[in-house]
Amino acid sequence: MSASTRKISIFQKLGPLIGLAIILIVLSILSPQFFTLANILNVLRQVSINALIAFGLTFVILTGGIDLSVGSMLALSGAITAGLMAGGTDPVLAMLAGLAAGAVMGAINGLIITKGKVAPFIATLATMTVFRGLTLVYTDGKPITGLSDNMSFVLMGRGYFAGIPIPVIWMLVSFAVLWFLLKKTTFGRRTYAIGGNEEASLLSGIKVDRIKVMIYSLTGLLSAFAGIILTSRLNSAQPTAGTAYELDAIAAVVLGGTSLSGGRGWIFGTLVGALIIGVLNNGLNLLNVSSFYQQVVKGGVILLAVLIDRKKAA
Amino acid sequence: MNETPLVELSGIYKSFSEVHVLKNVNFEVRPGEVHALMGENGAGKSTLMKIMAGIYQRDKGTAVVKGKEVHFSSPKEAEEMGIGVVHQELNIIPYLTVTENLFLGKELTYGKSGILRTGAMRKQARKALEALGVNIDPDAVAGELSVGQQQMVEIAKVLETNSDCIIMDEPTAALTDREIEALFEVIEKLRNQGVGIVYISHRMEEIFRICDRISVLRDGNFVGTKTVSETNFDEIVSMMVGRELGERFPERQATVGPERLRVENLSRNEHFNDIHFDVKQGEILGVAGLMGAGRTEIMEALFGYKKKDRGTIYLDGQRLNISKPADAIAAGLAFVTEDRKDKGLVTGMTVRENFTLTNLKAVSKNGILSAKSEQEETDRLIKRLHVKTSGREQTVKSLSGGNQQKIVIGKWINNQPKVLILDEPTRGVDVGAKKEIYQIMNELTEQGVSIIMVSSELPEILGMSDRILVIHEGKIAKILMREDADQEKIMHAATGGM
Repeated sequence: MSASTRKISIFQKLGPLIGLAIILIVLSILSPQFFTLANILNVLRQVSINALIAFGLTFVILTGGIDLSVGSMLALSGAITAGLMAGGTDPVLAMLAGLAAGAVMGAINGLIITKGKVAPFIATLATMTVFRGLTLVYTDGKPITGLSDNMSFVLMGRGYFAGIPIPVIWMLVSFAVLWFLLKKTTFGRRTYAIGGNEEASLLSGIKVDRIKVMIYSLTGLLSAFAGIILTSRLNSAQPTAGTAYELDAIAAVVLGGTSLSGGRGWIFGTLVGALIIGVLNNGLNLLNVSSFYQQVVKGGVILLAVLIDRKKAA
Repeated sequence: MNETPLVELSGIYKSFSEVHVLKNVNFEVRPGEVHALMGENGAGKSTLMKIMAGIYQRDKGTAVVKGKEVHFSSPKEAEEMGIGVVHQELNIIPYLTVTENLFLGKELTYGKSGILRTGAMRKQARKALEALGVNIDPDAVAGELSVGQQQMVEIAKVLETNSDCIIMDEPTAALTDREIEALFEVIEKLRNQGVGIVYISHRMEEIFRICDRISVLRDGNFVGTKTVSETNFDEIVSMMVGRELGERFPERQATVGPERLRVENLSRNEHFNDIHFDVKQGEILGVAGLMGAGRTEIMEALFGYKKKDRGTIYLDGQRLNISKPADAIAAGLAFVTEDRKDKGLVTGMTVRENFTLTNLKAVSKNGILSAKSEQEETDRLIKRLHVKTSGREQTVKSLSGGNQQKIVIGKWINNQPKVLILDEPTRGVDVGAKKEIYQIMNELTEQGVSIIMVSSELPEILGMSDRILVIHEGKIAKILMREDADQEKIMHAATGGM
């Protein structure tokens, strides 16, 4: 064991970035449309939703947990926002209500896990189904349309600022805030400590349950945020929105080098991981690869990344 | 005793990435001897044993097993030559039965069919356990056995492979006194059968009791081999540390002040009952008792880590409400747990991150960490506790046991506690670091800190405590002043005598 062993070695840190660079170079060579400003902005916009969810999941996974309910929380929050707006509520209030709903759903996950002592996988597997069911109940299984053309809502998913799509700006701002939270605050240090050794953290006076509830709540909030952006982009709330989004989000976190057993990882890696998935999706589309094969390629890339990571760890 | 040695290692060299871990080391095990291997943490004991057991390969030197030169490339090859290891961390699968554990990976089957010969295995397991003279049901689920029994299963497992040379790494670390006696009987039996045993331990008393010879390593060098009957405690210690250590326990200077902590009627049903004691300012209260007497549970309940059913706790006359560790810490309590790796440290984090974990408030403002004050705090503690580390950014995983223990103690000192609870503060810590830890305890009491020290090492209890609390089966058996206490009195009370 070398003395300079850190949470993540430099090589591990560079790994995801090198992977992204290789994919970018290959796609630029294969497809002339790929490396254009318009397409890059398009990719970033597509990535933003997955990235927001994956940022939240990074905290959860750092504590050694998992949250499978992110896609359902996204759908229910989006539906609540749309439903309120369709009913005449002020769009800003409706969006705040959607965010609050996400935070509450996340807190419920956290409470079941900490107070109910249920394994995170099982707890969120159950709430994934419950929240999805509630979305179907709330929407009656039909999309909610006829939403307001209030600028604050429209801009959320469809607007631009200085030529950059607003969702991308949200993604970058969230990244900066969450990076700071994880790296520079006591909250972030406690997150790492809980994942590194929960018992030692508890015995060191860390209120483990409270931090965990806050982390799951944060993930709910970010999922809701993604849900509102998606609702704005589609100008409607779909009852099946966000189905299987948890898989891409988990993949982004893992591709970024965060350990599923907790304690080791970083949020910049998650951003890179989300970009790798987004770029792959986009590039394979541009290359006219059938969507069936796209899944095979995507899965293969994830597997390869994790295998390389294992090699390095050993 | 002049037969061919079972194992003869000579001139062994080994280095890991430029660091010389072993330099010209000689070691031999004869049939029917118990040979202790001693040295401070980091002296190279485990590396030498791993070379002997085929886990590592030597860089230079010769290894002769029963007169034949060998080059093991895997533990399997060593096993085939009759060298078995009982590791400190037992390799027992808790959900399987004793028999299933014994035959793990070498199950008896009908031909190559893969169908298990359950009856034959059970019979053989029973025979193996009987041969050891232990009373363990071969059908018992291994996880439900005591640690001592699990270790017996492990020893039986090694013997089943026809090993006649067994390496035991800190075998008594987690055993109760009764289990230690049982283990020693088994070792005696094996010795009489001509088995050679390498015995690694930090406990001097044990080594002088059961070993025939002692070999000492220091900083990867072979210092020498002594016959137990011709050496003594002090000689071995000075061989290990390379200098005279002086008194084993440093002089205590602290003056005992007024009452600081009082515990009344602390109870947890079926674990401990009606525990009452007090600790004064600057006092060290030793807590003695057999393993499993409930000492650790009492401390965990006091600290709010495990629940209590009844009991009140007063600090400086104020009644405390402790329902979780954070409450205890806020009141001024600190707890160095028995188990460093599982409960004391976040081993994947750095020295700095572990030191500041108990008091992040002190190194942050409005929840935002200050790198500068973290670094200052850490450097101060590294210096004060003489932590041997390559720097504050070293992960604690790669530190030696003694240095890890200093980190655990340091993270609490940082909090300036009023009462420091130490549970087995020097377990698995080498002699030099032990003394440093005692010195730290003395410094703290001189500043008025009260210390509660749970320990299974009677010399430590007698050498450090002002008063001694003896626990027997969850109840207070006796409270002794240091002047009135001796080993016999403590053991008498701890085993339930009046």
